Amino acid sequence: MSAPFPHRHLLGIEPLAAEHIVALLDTAETMREVLGRPIKKVPTLRGRSVVNLFYEASTRTRSSFEMAERVLSADSLSIATATSSVQKGETLLDTAKNLEAMNPDMIIMRHGSSGAPHFLARHCKASIVNAGDGAHEHPTQALLDALTLRQKKGRIEGLKVAIVGDVVHSRVARSNALLLTKLGARPILCGPPPLLPIGVEQYAPVTTRIDEAIEGADAIMMLRLQRERMSGAFLPSTREYHTLYGLTVERVKKAKPDVIILHPGPMNRGVEIASEVADGPYSVILDQVTNGVAVRMAVLYLLLGGGGGEA
Amino acid sequence: MTPPRGFRERLCLMDAARLDRTLSRMAAEICERHPDTARLLLVGVHTRGVPLAERLAARLPARPVVGSLDITLYRDDLTTIAPHPLTRGTAIPVAIDGRVVIVVDDVLFTGRTVRAALDELVDFGRPARIELAVLCDRGHRELPIRADYVGETVTTAREEIVEVRLSAQDGEESVWLLEPGPAPVAPPQPAPAPELPKAPQLVVHRPAAGKAPVKKAPAAKKAARPARPAARKKTAPRRKR
Repeated sequence: MSAPFPHRHLLGIEPLAAEHIVALLDTAETMREVLGRPIKKVPTLRGRSVVNLFYEASTRTRSSFEMAERVLSADSLSIATATSSVQKGETLLDTAKNLEAMNPDMIIMRHGSSGAPHFLARHCKASIVNAGDGAHEHPTQALLDALTLRQKKGRIEGLKVAIVGDVVHSRVARSNALLLTKLGARPILCGPPPLLPIGVEQYAPVTTRIDEAIEGADAIMMLRLQRERMSGAFLPSTREYHTLYGLTVERVKKAKPDVIILHPGPMNRGVEIASEVADGPYSVILDQVTNGVAVRMAVLYLLLGGGGGEA
Repeated sequence: MTPPRGFRERLCLMDAARLDRTLSRMAAEICERHPDTARLLLVGVHTRGVPLAERLAARLPARPVVGSLDITLYRDDLTTIAPHPLTRGTAIPVAIDGRVVIVVDDVLFTGRTVRAALDELVDFGRPARIELAVLCDRGHRELPIRADYVGETVTTAREEIVEVRLSAQDGEESVWLLEPGPAPVAPPQPAPAPELPKAPQLVVHRPAAGKAPVKKAPAAKKAARPARPAARKKTAPRRKR
């Protein structure tokens, strides 16, 4: 009998088999029940220590990881690199070795460079969770999106999901396209040509016309325009982007009547998504946040179970 | 249903009819102590406790509220077991404050599951009283815990297993005592016996005639021996006792 979840690290969606993704989602479903209790705390991970190492700004991801750690009774330590020795020029390996010396059970890491968590996994004994690495992967975001989809639609298989916006800078797009394909959905990537990287067709079909992507979609995932990563002239203006690719009430009408709209946050209102859409009835953006805590609890629980296998 | 690997059936503790009668008797005992059964909350412990709670509830005059409890997140051995077992979810449909809660499980063994269940229930509020109903109490407690309603008390060895089989999950209705050991191998025993004389015949034809007397000699010795060992066997056990 194979282990229900044989991984020790969560570095991306790519190494996961469909059955392990389903095990994570099922576990997350039971964790949601814990979040609804009068006492939102279970003793499951008592005495386990978790380090949150965030080299990039984050509100939702970090706070929901911290919440998940507290609910499961793990001891956690959050390091914001803005106030740490990273500012004094310490290398990633030195930081990791020093953290390792404190013997944590798990390190949750966000980093601006793709592959940084993989590097950490090679040098540390602790379980490593990728909380977003460069433009590579953001597995927990894809998992919480999948959980939200499954709750609202009752299934994932066969759904048409439009992933629209700044694909080139988006780790969320990549993880989501991988996960949806593994679970039998039909993701379609959409964005202006400068924001569609070469070779992205290997993940999902691609289009540059938003109306084509949205036509008959069961769900629309809007991606944030990551202006902080745009050093060159990617777009003439955000206003033009909104006209051509922004999700407006008019455009939503082309999708299925029961379409749901997801956004990983933080939203640029009036750029990739109109406020009326973000606050509209088909928006599940706040459900995503609740599910984010449940998914991260499932990740902590299953990874710290020490499945024994390699990442 | 086949026993888990490394175990074999030793004794059938309950058949379908006896299981049915036992549940009826337990329901009657619950009803005797708590006449207003509609106010009760029956909580089944995953996995077998859940259908048992349902069945007890169906036998009570007024249907109580039924919930389920997954104690996985409260286990005291999570640091030692890998991989972590998958969770199946807890569902307590009403506020438990001030209610009488009856925890239902199939087998009471070390008491550690019940300890975890008590801890979990207390996180939902402050019940008026918590009681415990088990289909089978097999002893070997490691914690000061006892059941209020017991279907059957069984004497077991620690390494044995009491397995409750219910139709919905296992396709049959019974309770079995399993002991460690390989599955019984009754059919292969007669098979090797006729093969033995055949083997030498097949291998060599001519020397068979020469070997035949050699074979007969030990056979004759063996036949002569049994009288003495038999006499020894009779005395040996007596000395031990």
